[in-house]
Amino acid sequence: MVLSANDKTNVKAIFGKIGGHAEEYGAETLERMFAAYPQTKTYFPHFDMAKGSAQIKGHGKKVAAALVEAVNHIDDIAGALSKLSDLHAQKLRVDPVNFKLLGHCFLVVVASHNPAALTPEVHASLDKFLCAVGNVLTAKYR
Amino acid sequence: MVHWSAEEKQLIASIWGKVSVEECGAEALARLLIVYPWTQRFFSNFGNLSSPTAIIGNPKVRAHGKKVLTSFGEAVKNLDNIKGTYSKLSELHCEKLHVDPENFRLLGDILVIVLASHFGRDFTPACQFAWQKLVGVVAHALARKYH
Repeated sequence: MVLSANDKTNVKAIFGKIGGHAEEYGAETLERMFAAYPQTKTYFPHFDMAKGSAQIKGHGKKVAAALVEAVNHIDDIAGALSKLSDLHAQKLRVDPVNFKLLGHCFLVVVASHNPAALTPEVHASLDKFLCAVGNVLTAKYR
Repeated sequence: MVHWSAEEKQLIASIWGKVSVEECGAEALARLLIVYPWTQRFFSNFGNLSSPTAIIGNPKVRAHGKKVLTSFGEAVKNLDNIKGTYSKLSELHCEKLHVDPENFRLLGDILVIVLASHFGRDFTPACQFAWQKLVGVVAHALARKYH
């Protein structure tokens, strides 16, 4: 699965629209993921899961920053996220299935806040991009 | 049998009550075919699926999307017997249509995204939980009679 020039344009455009809300979207993505897929909470036993939790906000910010970094280096996502990839492989070892769940929840957040911007074509491109990010983060698992 | 809390039932019903089955059905199926193009393999007789614009405007896609979501409504009406509701449809999808059940999961997730885009903040995380559960149960029921 390869990102076409069109995909890259679509992804950059939608992230442009998201703009300064990226951190907020990151937090909401986690909130939705923990609510919709409770098993994902097993990776965060130390977290305060109450709504508005500082830890969820903080972690959401990190997740959003990583996505933005990937967008800014969309021609070399593997290079841009190389350290994060090492971290997930060696230390965090989050089961690969969970990246799909996170990606799906991110799409839900974008859809709920920007329905007009998430056209079917943009939806397709963003879904591909999120898959690519997940693939990079799990690439060194074995 | 799946257990639904009163809150889950209420969240499902309140969203479903405001859904345009024709619009959401058409949109969900169109997005499935656009976002996961390999799903077009089941619709070779649908005519022009050559571009997102063609897919969105395709009358067969719209009609079939409406049909699929109308059927989904049966699950909403029969939350306590989704297995029974889809028993025959499950056999059909296996024996006649030869559809990989993974496609039911894909369509279910697309439906959740379509609902989120239509309902915005009203599609709360709690709402999403109830609907992810529902689409999961429907997918499972449709796959149940496969052999």
